[in-house]
Amino acid sequence: MMSTAWSWFVIIVTLANIFACWWLIVWATKNKANNSKEGDVTGHVWDGDLQELNNPLPRWWLYLFYFTIVFGLGYLALYPGLGNFKGFLNWTEISQYNNEAREVHEAQIALFAPLAKLSPEELIKNEQALLTGGRLFAANCAGCHGSDARGARGFPNLTDDDWLYASDFDGIVMSISNGRTGVMPAWQAALNDDGVQEVTAFVRQLSGQDADSQLAAKGEARYNIFCVACHGVEGKGNPAMGAPNLANNIWLYGGSEAAISESVANGRIGKMPAQKDFLTEERIRLIAAYVSSLAK
Amino acid sequence: MSNQETYDDKVVRQFAVMTVVWGIVGMLVGVVIAAQMLFPVLNFDIPWLTFSRLRPLHTNAVIFAFGGSALMGTSYYVVQRTCHAGLFMPKLAAFTFWGWMLIIVAAAITLPLGITQGKEYAELEWPIDIAIAVVWISYAVVFFGTIVKRKVKHIYVANWFYGAFIITVAVLHIFNNLAIPVTWTKSYPIYSGAVDAMVQWWYGHNAVGFFLTAGFLGMMYYFVPKRAERPVYSYRLSIVHFWALISTYMWAGPHHLHYTSLPDWIQSVGMVFSLILLAPSWGGMINGMMTLSGAWHKLRTDPVLKMMIVALSFYGMSTFEGPMMAIKTVNALSHYTDWTIGHVHSGALGWVAMMTMGSLYVLIPRLYGKKDMYSIKLIDVHFWISTIGVVLYIASMWIAGVMQGLMWRAFNADGTLTYTFIESLSATYPYYAIRLLGGAMFLTGMCIMAYNVYKTIKGSQPVSIVVPDPA
Repeated sequence: MMSTAWSWFVIIVTLANIFACWWLIVWATKNKANNSKEGDVTGHVWDGDLQELNNPLPRWWLYLFYFTIVFGLGYLALYPGLGNFKGFLNWTEISQYNNEAREVHEAQIALFAPLAKLSPEELIKNEQALLTGGRLFAANCAGCHGSDARGARGFPNLTDDDWLYASDFDGIVMSISNGRTGVMPAWQAALNDDGVQEVTAFVRQLSGQDADSQLAAKGEARYNIFCVACHGVEGKGNPAMGAPNLANNIWLYGGSEAAISESVANGRIGKMPAQKDFLTEERIRLIAAYVSSLAK
Repeated sequence: MSNQETYDDKVVRQFAVMTVVWGIVGMLVGVVIAAQMLFPVLNFDIPWLTFSRLRPLHTNAVIFAFGGSALMGTSYYVVQRTCHAGLFMPKLAAFTFWGWMLIIVAAAITLPLGITQGKEYAELEWPIDIAIAVVWISYAVVFFGTIVKRKVKHIYVANWFYGAFIITVAVLHIFNNLAIPVTWTKSYPIYSGAVDAMVQWWYGHNAVGFFLTAGFLGMMYYFVPKRAERPVYSYRLSIVHFWALISTYMWAGPHHLHYTSLPDWIQSVGMVFSLILLAPSWGGMINGMMTLSGAWHKLRTDPVLKMMIVALSFYGMSTFEGPMMAIKTVNALSHYTDWTIGHVHSGALGWVAMMTMGSLYVLIPRLYGKKDMYSIKLIDVHFWISTIGVVLYIASMWIAGVMQGLMWRAFNADGTLTYTFIESLSATYPYYAIRLLGGAMFLTGMCIMAYNVYKTIKGSQPVSIVVPDPA
């Protein structure tokens, strides 16, 4: 909101310029000095042969000019433009946005309400739920997990049967709503270079990959001290804390020797952000249904 | 009594030749970045060659190097011919040429290095901005000094437009670039937030309105009647559209900021004046085109006139399109899409470049004592290849822009977007290809022109022309 003085300044300068245009065309058509006819020259000559006719303004052009001025004045009467005057329609950019958003929101209530009543089992079979869940996934999740939900390095593949955390419907809802933080501590200081190399060899052996069996044997001893608490005796992991299964050759950060030793030495932090502040519960349930439907 | 004063045409020759050179450079960079849109690998992962740095180089090169040289050169020519006087302070005029060239070179070095103010069409950092202000004010001194020296009472209409362009660009440039330097290559604007945005687009749109419109209307008002050998259609139309054009253009900037945090009232005022601008803009088109009445048959044989008339047609079309795009409802669709790029190029290629080429084809033989260009046939080839190039360019960008606008705003009943951004991008690829072709054709035309100019100038002596007494 500008001060009254500024408001009047805006009003006066705006209208003055518009009416000056009006006056200009009236002057050019009505003034006696301008009553020359088609084909008359002004009598000025420049550069040998440059001359000017003084033909009347084309009618259609004049009407166009008048029309735009009238339209402009009408617009300024209806919409905000003349200083603090709000316009007779009381329109604002914000009100237009709010009205449109409200309309969309109301239409969505009708769409989401029946789906909210369905059980997880029903949702996973409901075509509309999966369609909407898929779209919500594309809009909110695909940035990290990929448009095909196959993930990427550091972002889990959601289409396989390997789950870092709970794989049931409620567990997935929990992951989406509150997010997850998976922390693998760094073991370089505790294990030193040799230790890291040995543990890496053992982990590769666990997952059925090529590894030096002597190193792996040493690594197993260390594994049983440092790693077993989270990853378990058989290396199958622990969904309660998001410790990955090391035995199924499915890797979040890569299964190569280099990638594994990097994970062991420096640790990893995986972060799934909480979505409950961005998405309503009914939307999160639809995404969870969609994700469940993908998992093999 | 005849005096022995001669026209100072050396500076005009310099600017005219450099217009062709910078035209090729600027358009080449344009073709490169159009190719980068289609084949991102052409960024080569080299910072200096990325789209983000070459794009401002392209816009600065075509607007200020190509367009600026054309405007300064032709205005020095026109103001002398229509005032029947040599230039005021010819040495200062020479300074404006060398100064402007130095500024262009500085731009060509700093922009790829990533030194930028981040304001569109005002990217150059503060030391270069100060140099521009100095050169520009010198330019104004020479131009208006020559007007003062004139030996005819009436000031010819071309000079009104050139004069308005020179004064306004000085004001726009200085106020938009007010900044506090931090280092030699970094400064912060004195404005912040929405005020900064508003000042930037007050500058930005008037760069279009005065640099690319009023200045080139000045060019048109001399070279069209000269080439057609017909009087200007209507003196009073020129008065009306001149005053209406320069007063309403000043207000149009806010239409670049529709539906932003800019207050509603400024957006409305910007839209209203953009609409009122339609008739004044068309006044220039009418006056140029109707100057040919009684000489329409010349269009059959003279490709230079064809070029000028097509330029005026594109001027009329883009100044219709502009007000339509300034309507908020239309803008909600067109903004941020390639439609805007198409609109700018229908003005920049169709109007500005075509009018420049036509005028140079008239000017260059005269500067070197030739009756006409080396090859009229090549001008005709240039005419067709540029015209088809522009049409391909803008038609593809229209389609792409409307398509993008519709795809971006489409959403499903559940509130999600129907298309991801990447889907709209991949749908645009065929149009990027057509745009690249159109741009490459336009660049080819410019190279044909360069050859024609070279053959015209080669072996000729610059002529010295005695200022004739006014009629």
